[in-house]
Amino acid sequence: MAMVEPTVDTHGFPFTEGAIKFEVISTDESDPSCATFCVHDEDHTLGNSLRYMIMKNPAVQFCGYSIPHPSEFKIHIRIQTDGTMTAAKALDKGLDDLMALCQHVLETFNAKVAARDEYEIREGAEFE
Amino acid sequence: MTAVHDQDAVNLMRTRVVLHKDRVAHPSSMDFPHTFPNEDLSWDLTKFKENFRIVIGFIGKNDMEFDMIGVDAAIANAFRRILIGEVPTMAIEKVYIMNNTSIMHDEILAQRLGLIPIKADPRLFDFRRGADDPPTDLNTVVLKLKIQCSKNPNAPPMAALPSDKFINSSVLSSHLQWDPQGEQAEKFKNDPIRPVIDDILITKLRPGQEIDMELHCQKGIGKEHAKWSPVATASYRLLPDIQILEPITGDSAYKFQKCFPKGVVEVEQNDSGEPEAKVVNPRKDTVSREVLRHAEFEKKVRLTRVRDHFIFSIESTGILPPQVLFVEAAQILINKCKVVKAALHSSGAYFL
Repeated sequence: MAMVEPTVDTHGFPFTEGAIKFEVISTDESDPSCATFCVHDEDHTLGNSLRYMIMKNPAVQFCGYSIPHPSEFKIHIRIQTDGTMTAAKALDKGLDDLMALCQHVLETFNAKVAARDEYEIREGAEFE
Repeated sequence: MTAVHDQDAVNLMRTRVVLHKDRVAHPSSMDFPHTFPNEDLSWDLTKFKENFRIVIGFIGKNDMEFDMIGVDAAIANAFRRILIGEVPTMAIEKVYIMNNTSIMHDEILAQRLGLIPIKADPRLFDFRRGADDPPTDLNTVVLKLKIQCSKNPNAPPMAALPSDKFINSSVLSSHLQWDPQGEQAEKFKNDPIRPVIDDILITKLRPGQEIDMELHCQKGIGKEHAKWSPVATASYRLLPDIQILEPITGDSAYKFQKCFPKGVVEVEQNDSGEPEAKVVNPRKDTVSREVLRHAEFEKKVRLTRVRDHFIFSIESTGILPPQVLFVEAAQILINKCKVVKAALHSSGAYFL
């Protein structure tokens, strides 16, 4: 599967080397409030969580994602805003919000794992 | 009066997934702006931080359970999917066969070897970037498997078991020998690279048969092949919440209790001295919906699950501890966002 290859700037995480990661498929170039974005080498993992975060934005009237074909490793994200923000900015905000959420989940999880008297530690558990 | 009831119905719909006899009612999320009047449901990190909780149940050698409360299914599912398919590990990818006279065909043997979990910290290795990238000590672990079966000269005359009659009649994962390359011997001296489990049966041999091969482990992810998945399973379920709408007393209290797994419902004496069913530990319920098959309970109980309370369970294959896997998964989701964000900014669409 050639599409699963790593690069340095993705922290060693696999994706096609030198390939296009992101494209804009606009229906109307003069109207930046609605656009479809194509993200390569992503699936429901990012698609659905990102769609949720973008829909949490009050300026967004519609957001949906699809995988146009199961053999093509890409997702389409359609965003329609109320005009106070461009679709690209809404996508950018969604990514920022998702990162902030993950960061908080990560910090909370680490703090809870560190508090070792608050949970059961079974035989053989390893901590780093 | 009706307004109050409507509000209750809306709250129920928003906070619970209700299970009916023949269907699950309104399972999808609805906490988006403009869904409910006079309510701001837009994303607010401060509000999220107030609501979000993690409660760890236990951490064991290879498994853990924890509750993640206050997130949407889309987010919880992203973590689960990444755990299964995108947290990298090291697994046998290339098998160079010098000799194989066992009854097992080369390709079957190679397939079986690939699935053996190899205890090598994947965070200390690089991905091999395609076939042109030469294997080095930073991206490849070499294991050797050289084994011959022979008759056991000291076998008792009446021996019937192959393990008594022959030497090396079974090829086990413990027969894999690590061959350190470059700086690996120094780097991994405290935690030598080995199979996680020693007694995995790879194939069987009989006197005169031998296997001689070199195995190259590479870093990869479960999405490409399940052998790289770091978990046996990673799953979540929503916390069950059983609501008793009308008191269930007398003999039917015992019948009600029997509809649930042990420990979910207890029968206690109520104030008027009658036995009455009480829900004591809904977490143990499997939500089999058995209770809804009995007409007498249909109006008296409501089976629900808490919409944003995920009971996560991670079972590691033993390569990395389960709590480390979750941290890796969260980091991978952040990195995915970073990559898309960078690509969006360099695409030009952002500056329209």
